[in-house]
Amino acid sequence: MSQPMSDPEAANPASDPIILRCEGMRKVYPGTLALDDVTFEVHRGKVNVLVGENGAGKSTLMKILAGVESPSAGRITLNGEEIRYDSPRDALAHGIGIVYQEMNLFPNLSVAENLFANREKLKHPGWIDHAFEEAKAAELMHRLNQDIDPRTLVRELKVGQQQIVEIAKSLVEDASILIMDEPTAALSKSEVEVLFNIIAELKAKGVSIIYISHRMDELMRIGDFITVLRDGRLIDHSPMAAIDLHWIVKTMIGEDTDKLFRRVQHVIGETVLEVKNLRLPSETGRLTLDDVSFQLRKGEVLGLFGLMGAGRTEVLETIMGLHREATGEVLLEGQNLAGSDIQRRIKRGIALVPEDRQREGIIQTMSVASNMTLAGLWRIVTRHLHIGSQAEQDQVHQMIRKMSIKTPSPNSPITSLSGGNQQKVIIGKNLITLPKVLLLDEPTRGIDVGAKGEVFEIVNALAAEGIGILFVSSELMEIRAISDRIIVLSRGVISGEFPREEATEDHLVAASAKIHP
Amino acid sequence: MGSNRPDSDGQKTIGAVLMKMMTVIALVILIVAFTAMLASKGINFLNPLNLATVAKHVAITAIMGMGMTFVIITGGIDLSVGSIVGLCGMVAGGLIRLGLPLDVFGITIYFHVWAIVLICLVLGVLIGAANGFLVTRLNVAPFIATLGVMYIARGIANILSGGATFPDLQGKPELGNTGFPVLGSGQFLHLPLSVWLMVVLLVIMTYVALKTPLGRHIYAIGGNPKASRLSGIRVEKITTYVYMFSGFCAALVGLIVSSQLVASHPATGESYEMNAIAAAVLGGTSLSGGIGTIGGTIIGSFVIGVLSDGLVMMGVSEFWQNVFKGLVIILAVVLDQANQKMNRRRAIAEDKGAKQVAQA
Repeated sequence: MSQPMSDPEAANPASDPIILRCEGMRKVYPGTLALDDVTFEVHRGKVNVLVGENGAGKSTLMKILAGVESPSAGRITLNGEEIRYDSPRDALAHGIGIVYQEMNLFPNLSVAENLFANREKLKHPGWIDHAFEEAKAAELMHRLNQDIDPRTLVRELKVGQQQIVEIAKSLVEDASILIMDEPTAALSKSEVEVLFNIIAELKAKGVSIIYISHRMDELMRIGDFITVLRDGRLIDHSPMAAIDLHWIVKTMIGEDTDKLFRRVQHVIGETVLEVKNLRLPSETGRLTLDDVSFQLRKGEVLGLFGLMGAGRTEVLETIMGLHREATGEVLLEGQNLAGSDIQRRIKRGIALVPEDRQREGIIQTMSVASNMTLAGLWRIVTRHLHIGSQAEQDQVHQMIRKMSIKTPSPNSPITSLSGGNQQKVIIGKNLITLPKVLLLDEPTRGIDVGAKGEVFEIVNALAAEGIGILFVSSELMEIRAISDRIIVLSRGVISGEFPREEATEDHLVAASAKIHP
Repeated sequence: MGSNRPDSDGQKTIGAVLMKMMTVIALVILIVAFTAMLASKGINFLNPLNLATVAKHVAITAIMGMGMTFVIITGGIDLSVGSIVGLCGMVAGGLIRLGLPLDVFGITIYFHVWAIVLICLVLGVLIGAANGFLVTRLNVAPFIATLGVMYIARGIANILSGGATFPDLQGKPELGNTGFPVLGSGQFLHLPLSVWLMVVLLVIMTYVALKTPLGRHIYAIGGNPKASRLSGIRVEKITTYVYMFSGFCAALVGLIVSSQLVASHPATGESYEMNAIAAAVLGGTSLSGGIGTIGGTIIGSFVIGVLSDGLVMMGVSEFWQNVFKGLVIILAVVLDQANQKMNRRRAIAEDKGAKQVAQA
């Protein structure tokens, strides 16, 4: 085992500007190399931004730092000393806390109980000292400038407040390094401001922050240092002052920029899908979709842009027939689809690649082949009954070739494939149904850059075959590159429509932020 | 990665194969052990008459277990099957003994045995449909829905006779309803009819599971219901079918058992649902859904049947039989977990190996 690096500043740990250093981090999952020899340095008392596209390895790195996962190789030094730990508790004992993107709170417990979950302060063995816990919780809420009663159930808090409880959890044990994984994903604008104030205060108190986000404006604003990961490798590391937005984007996406944004001219035909006055009520009584109308033409790629919660997914789901409570008309080649359930709509030529691949796309217990033919079995069966092995294999082999899916065999479990290849299986599954309209909901989410490029090529090829494609994405560059025309949704209303030439970033962002009375 | 064709089926270690065949091996060990132990007492476990008895018991567990297997594969459970056995037996017995009295017209209808069989099977299917309705339309958890139906069906079975047994189900020639005992005592090629029914169902259901869209859909629903729905699978409909089929299997067993006994008692079939679940689980069906085979359930049924009959012949008390049965079930699941863990480790190890090759 080699000694820590002979860094001149390492002699006096407190003066070392690097509080935490990961070297040669490597993480292997079945079928994927999530991290490949990554070095990551955390500057003391600074906001260290970590960026990378989905699947770049950010989350894996953070899970290792937080003790949730163990690295396959590599070492971590804290204040110049090598440390080892293999549980979140150990990590916290070393002063490393994490605030997860998906909140890990108990909604049925109070704020104080959440803060002390699994480290309850005991009065006597078996007796929790509620008074102490509540006092401490109140103190923390005060420190974070929050007017939250420690006895409130977490369920009753707003999302932004829950996020703050998450942060407070790490502060209970005086974390010196705080990891925040997309902390603003679910926050409103004013809640984001509160969070940023808290981050500034924490920084002033010497807490080092690791900040992961996709929102460029945010990380430009609060970041001190930036580290870019791509495909599980460290690409670059720089002080924020030395770089600009363009640099980040270029570094994140890499040399493939040109390929990724290669514009292909689509041959556009007649209208294939028409959506008229779509309205979808939500549970709160507000309309999730309010009078959405648009047309999609053969061979056209229509981009659908909007922020989280704008109703993009709901548009696709309604076209697919998932929301029976929706009103309005969906016409496929002039024929009204009212009364057709999902199966009939698939047979008539509508196909959906859902946003959440794990929850809505793949069947985890099935093989690649069975997943791929699932939606199109009716095309393979003879006499409505029998699945011929040969017919099925032919379809699957053809699709694996067409989509260049990397799988050991068609009978391998789908879970053994990388995210990008799983996505291609899902797209292939939808192509077997011979769609006239293909609905793609964030088809490039969570897949690596190479696979992204391939998905783009597939989309272009399908458009060339005359399929009408509705492409949802929250990534501006992506949607601008692929679409012939872009419509923007804001809170369930179409707030803008732009032909490719006019779809500048400014236009799209402005339209997506439009607020309706 | 270096080689892109690691044929996942081709390079399984002997250990992995043994693990996969675990239940079969357990079955063979049980048969050998009982044969040896009983031989020392002068009893031949393998004599044809005895094997036919074991097979009869196995068939009862297996027929219900196969219906249960599909239910479990969709991610559900059916606790009502034992009660359906009891209720259908009672309905068959009542229709033979008492007929269907229509007081309004002052007459009593006696059905032909075939009609009685049909009525009972339809009844089982309808109870299954009620289960399916509760689960898919009213969103009652399968455990609770079928638990409720279990009590209701058992209650009705008792109400039908006031808790008494319908004895002597031979039927009367003058009523034209004789022949019911044939189902239980009849033989074809020296094997009881119930065993043939098991074989027929095994063939049909294996075909459904492997080669039809219905089977694919059943597996898909258990694997991921949301993704299944988006793939155009009519999840509610197929889930309901599966409960209906389980009800059918249970009704069939109800007929077989009361025919074998030539009597029907309202408590018949109590705790049969547990045997059916145990058979499925022993056969490798995962209670979390999406995984399982019909063939596995048959083997699981044999393990349970051989174990309990063997223990009976050994003179082990009923109380100890239950202890052994419980131990075997737990052992099977523990080994299965170990097997899965081993598979995961192997996948990771292979991956590391491949990476090293690629780097070298």
